[in-house]
Amino acid sequence: MRARPAEAPKAAGAIGLSLVAVFWLGLIILLPLVTVLFEASKGGIEPFLAAVAEPDTIAAIQLTLLVAAIAVPLNAVFGIAAAWCVTRFEFRGKGLLLTIIDLPFTISPVIAGLVWMLLFGAQGWFGAWLRLNDIHIVFALPGLVLATILVTFPFVARELIPLMNDQGTDEEVAARTLGARGWDIFFRITLPNIKWALLYGVLLCTARAMGEFGAVSVVSGHIRGQTNTLPLQIEILYNQYESVAAFACASILAGLALITLLLKSVLEWRFAGELAANRRH
Amino acid sequence: MSLTVSNITKTFTKFAALSNVTFEAEPGEFLALLGPSGSGKTTLLRLLAGLDQPDSGAIAFDGEDFLQLNARERRIGMVFQSYALFRHMTVADNIAFGLTVRPGKERPSKSQIKAKVDSLLKLIQLEDLGKRFPAQLSGGQRQRVALARALAIEPRILLLDEPFGALDALVRKDLRRWLRRIHDETGVTTVFVTHDQEEALDLADRVVVLKEGRIEQIGKPLELYRDPSSAFVFEFLGANNQAAGTLRGSSVDFGGFSVPAIVKGAADGTAVARFRPFDTQVSRSGPGFPVKVLSVLPAGANLRLELQGADGQVYETQHAHDQETSDLKAGDTVNLLPTKVYVFA
Repeated sequence: MRARPAEAPKAAGAIGLSLVAVFWLGLIILLPLVTVLFEASKGGIEPFLAAVAEPDTIAAIQLTLLVAAIAVPLNAVFGIAAAWCVTRFEFRGKGLLLTIIDLPFTISPVIAGLVWMLLFGAQGWFGAWLRLNDIHIVFALPGLVLATILVTFPFVARELIPLMNDQGTDEEVAARTLGARGWDIFFRITLPNIKWALLYGVLLCTARAMGEFGAVSVVSGHIRGQTNTLPLQIEILYNQYESVAAFACASILAGLALITLLLKSVLEWRFAGELAANRRH
Repeated sequence: MSLTVSNITKTFTKFAALSNVTFEAEPGEFLALLGPSGSGKTTLLRLLAGLDQPDSGAIAFDGEDFLQLNARERRIGMVFQSYALFRHMTVADNIAFGLTVRPGKERPSKSQIKAKVDSLLKLIQLEDLGKRFPAQLSGGQRQRVALARALAIEPRILLLDEPFGALDALVRKDLRRWLRRIHDETGVTTVFVTHDQEEALDLADRVVVLKEGRIEQIGKPLELYRDPSSAFVFEFLGANNQAAGTLRGSSVDFGGFSVPAIVKGAADGTAVARFRPFDTQVSRSGPGFPVKVLSVLPAGANLRLELQGADGQVYETQHAHDQETSDLKAGDTVNLLPTKVYVFA
């Protein structure tokens, strides 16, 4: 229920609270962002561009985008499958499955990285076999993708599960009685009903995948120009006191995040009517 | 062309949802499954639709074994209690769904589908709302769209789950007549589930009364009403009163006066007599048990009374507005005489 905006004292309270919220957001979120941009542009535009044009940095940007481009679609597919499974069927161990889906949110990303090292690292369970067959997982692209998938897995599933629970199975059952087959039901009923939540989950997942540091740091090996993603590149630059370059990279990373956010807002604004209709029914 | 359901049993983890259910629906018949919640009527509907499988028993339509067919192959039109309209599609697309989803060679052409949708929109009297979304319709309109969507596939049987459950009383009555008319026009065999006895008696050709997963009685509305086979059916079909008496042959003796009884398998002796509110008379000096008038409800075609016996038992009665009853008021003492009672085993 939406409360009716009431008398003046209440309105004053609302304004006060809003001010606190705005101040807090400004302090915690906007200030650091501005600092990043300020530090990056301190030496003027020339050093900024030079830092960004550095081959290692370009490689890092490319790698970051590539990892996200592989990890996010996979997580979208697995997320839909998991949400489908959890919301459409009753089975033993459902609670356990839900807990496992949440696990990446609760464990430290460093552990998520270490897990892959234990499995695929030189001393790991499959290390000897992998070396024998000349397959590179850790300190290479597959390791980065695996670590990213693990850390960002819950985003899509967590967006979809409450919505799909809420919508129930009636429409899918109705489609079945009207003669629709499995994939028809999925593509014509289920997917259109969840598309906004799915998109939202994918965007969050993308933002997180691009910014992931901990898990990726463990499996990366920090080979410059090869296995350094943008967040890792920033750390290296910063540790070498190349602060303008570090902040230049940081501002690019922040820019990628802002683009994601903008995309989400544009979509929400553009399809506001349809979103509302979806929720109301 | 008829639907036969024989010896259907369905058990969920612990309890039997249906046991040994057997009935038939004639071609073009309008059949009601009536029962309180938990009587298994919706489970039965889901079995007919192929959304669940029975543990044992058979379902056949027109000689064809339905249990061998899945929900899609049975070509059954189902209207859900929640309507289950596709929220992201327009009304027209909702109605067309069963046709557009068909595989290539079975699918009618675009113009055929459009013609079909138009004729159905006309049938449900929503010609101008084809482009709306379900969220923009009223409850009654959604209900009609759900029906049109089910009819679009030219179903062999139409199944309706509590079709009027979510509507307010006025719309409900209106839609009831309308649904009956649609049924008479299309002639499709229809089975509908309801817990509302008035709806079932009003609308159906025959009614199947269910209780705790078993069939209690099957019959035409008037048969059920005149000749209920059990106390459950008698009570479920309308307001009723109970009084203790002694059954002797075909009348019940209430100590001082006796009343003709319709006896269903009960033996002579102490018995519970049941009677309808309108099978009664009240008088100031005639025979009957003394009761106190609790309240007088004069509004409507009949005068309604709430009475209380010496033992505290409350009775509800209905009478024509006449001399005898015109000056009754709360607190009066009168004699209540049932004119016809039922005694069940």
